[in-house]
Amino acid sequence: MKSSQTHTVLRSSQASRRAALVGIVILIVLAAAPLWAGRADMRLMSEIFLYLALASLWNLLAGYAGLVSVGQQAFVGFGGYLLFALTIFGGLHPLLAIGVASLFGAAMSVPVAALIFRLRGAYFAIGTWVVAEVFRLTFAQISALGGGSGSSLPVKIVKSVASSRTMREWTSYWLALGLVVLVLVVVYLFLRSRKGLALTAIRDNELAAGSLGIDIWRTQFLVYVVTAGLTTMTGGLIFLQKLRISPDAAFSVNDWTAFVIFIVVIGGIGTIEGPIIGTLVYFALREFLADLGTIYLIVLGIVAILIMLKAPKGLWGLIRERWGLELFPLSHRVETNTPRKDQNG
Amino acid sequence: MDWINSIVQGVLLGGLYAMIAAGLSLIFGVMRLVNIAHGDLIILAAYLGLTVATALGLYPLVALLIIVPVMAAIGYVLQRVVLNNTLSDDILPPLLVTFGLSVIIQNALLEIYSADPQKMDAGALGTASANIGGISVGLLPLLMFATAVVVIAGLQFVFYRTALGRAFRAVSDNQDVAQLMGLNKRHVYGLAMALSLAVVAIAGIFLGMRTSFDPSIGGGRLIFGFEAVIIGGLGNLWGTLIGGVILGVAQNIGAQINPGWQVLAGHVVFLVILAFRPRGLFPRMTG
Repeated sequence: MKSSQTHTVLRSSQASRRAALVGIVILIVLAAAPLWAGRADMRLMSEIFLYLALASLWNLLAGYAGLVSVGQQAFVGFGGYLLFALTIFGGLHPLLAIGVASLFGAAMSVPVAALIFRLRGAYFAIGTWVVAEVFRLTFAQISALGGGSGSSLPVKIVKSVASSRTMREWTSYWLALGLVVLVLVVVYLFLRSRKGLALTAIRDNELAAGSLGIDIWRTQFLVYVVTAGLTTMTGGLIFLQKLRISPDAAFSVNDWTAFVIFIVVIGGIGTIEGPIIGTLVYFALREFLADLGTIYLIVLGIVAILIMLKAPKGLWGLIRERWGLELFPLSHRVETNTPRKDQNG
Repeated sequence: MDWINSIVQGVLLGGLYAMIAAGLSLIFGVMRLVNIAHGDLIILAAYLGLTVATALGLYPLVALLIIVPVMAAIGYVLQRVVLNNTLSDDILPPLLVTFGLSVIIQNALLEIYSADPQKMDAGALGTASANIGGISVGLLPLLMFATAVVVIAGLQFVFYRTALGRAFRAVSDNQDVAQLMGLNKRHVYGLAMALSLAVVAIAGIFLGMRTSFDPSIGGGRLIFGFEAVIIGGLGNLWGTLIGGVILGVAQNIGAQINPGWQVLAGHVVFLVILAFRPRGLFPRMTG
């Protein structure tokens, strides 16, 4: 076993250990936002967190599991509607309702997956869109929830989150922050686990992965269900902030899928860091270009296409290639140990 | 009688869906590309038709003489400049690039034409109808269905009886060997996309004459076309016609029961077929 002692397999690096430290500091600063940020800033930051959660989840689905969905709005809207239904008709506390909703979302995704996993590749993508449309059209038929025009969350339920407006805003900010931390931790731990290794193998070569004994269907199925549950939870939080829901807003392909895809593609698909960079770039662009309206969306589309064609690994891919950085240690590196003479003579 | 009537109207509507599906099916067959912007290109064709017809004072169907070559040219250039660079074993690039195109086209149309619904003036043909066995059948839907049959027969002929079709089938079977045999696959792919968008042009003009349209409805048309492809079976052009008809009939029966169920009924039939016949009713190839 001499050879194994001359080399060590490492996962973390100095950069990743520093990143973890900086991450914890940032998290503490963000958690203390009510002390230093204004009302509008906190609203914007909540929105950034929720988009980052959606982007990380979509990235896990498309970038790692190879399941390119353009129908995740099905679960965002489902979460929003379940929040309304469970609080208004079920009498649940809104936070409990969001937790229950995410379980329903995961359960709902089981039959959906059984059906659309029959479609491959690009047809799978459009299949997910059909499912989202079925959700939208079905909820538009439920007149108790306002039918096609939607409904608002009753004041009594809003007040049950917290009695004062300030406290409510802080709570929803902390919830959004908590959610994005949860999502990032789940994605990171999932990818570091055995299942994550299987996913990477499937992504790199499906045939080879299958012949090594990886159950491709089950691995993808698991990712789809976990992602659906967390996306439903995100949807619940989004509509707890909006306080109003309608089928078109809840199941919007532009808001919950197009933007999310652009974020991931611009930041770098298939990396954990990519969605984070992408979300920051997206919101920076939005702050500067939002006045342009539809032109802004055209610019965003062109940027995403150029990146897909010229730098398919996105901004993070460029950074990683240039400096070999990895903030979330997933890959393995081999390092040569300095020979120690005192061992075994 | 209402039921028979709505079934007949559904069959005729299926012609439009079949034309949308045929363009989609054609490029998937040749280069395994699913064009997410397909529906938005149909709406683009409808707006181009509207502009040309209004500017030159032409009847919409006459405007086809201009719109078909224009859309075919757009298709060829789009394929050579953008989409050829996305084709590889990885399915992600073509999917995301055509998704980006879809957003660009939709918002460009919104910027130019606004969100107000538009409709092309079909003149006397728009209201004319024939009485067949007690059912009043609109001449425009009838013409639309007949056109769909001709388009699909034409595509079938091109695919199996011409040199171009041989080139399509060759690059579809094995692009490297086709390349060695002297075919330029980038050019062949360009021609396939040109042909697909020529069909899109016809579908767009008929859509614009039949109903009102606005920039946001492209995604919905893509979905209908896709459902017709899957119901009919991958790679089977006549199958897409049957798929389109099944979808059209399902939608009209749904609407007959409850107006809110029209589109939903079509999706449900699609999902049921996917559950029991995942490869469609008349499959010719595997996805």
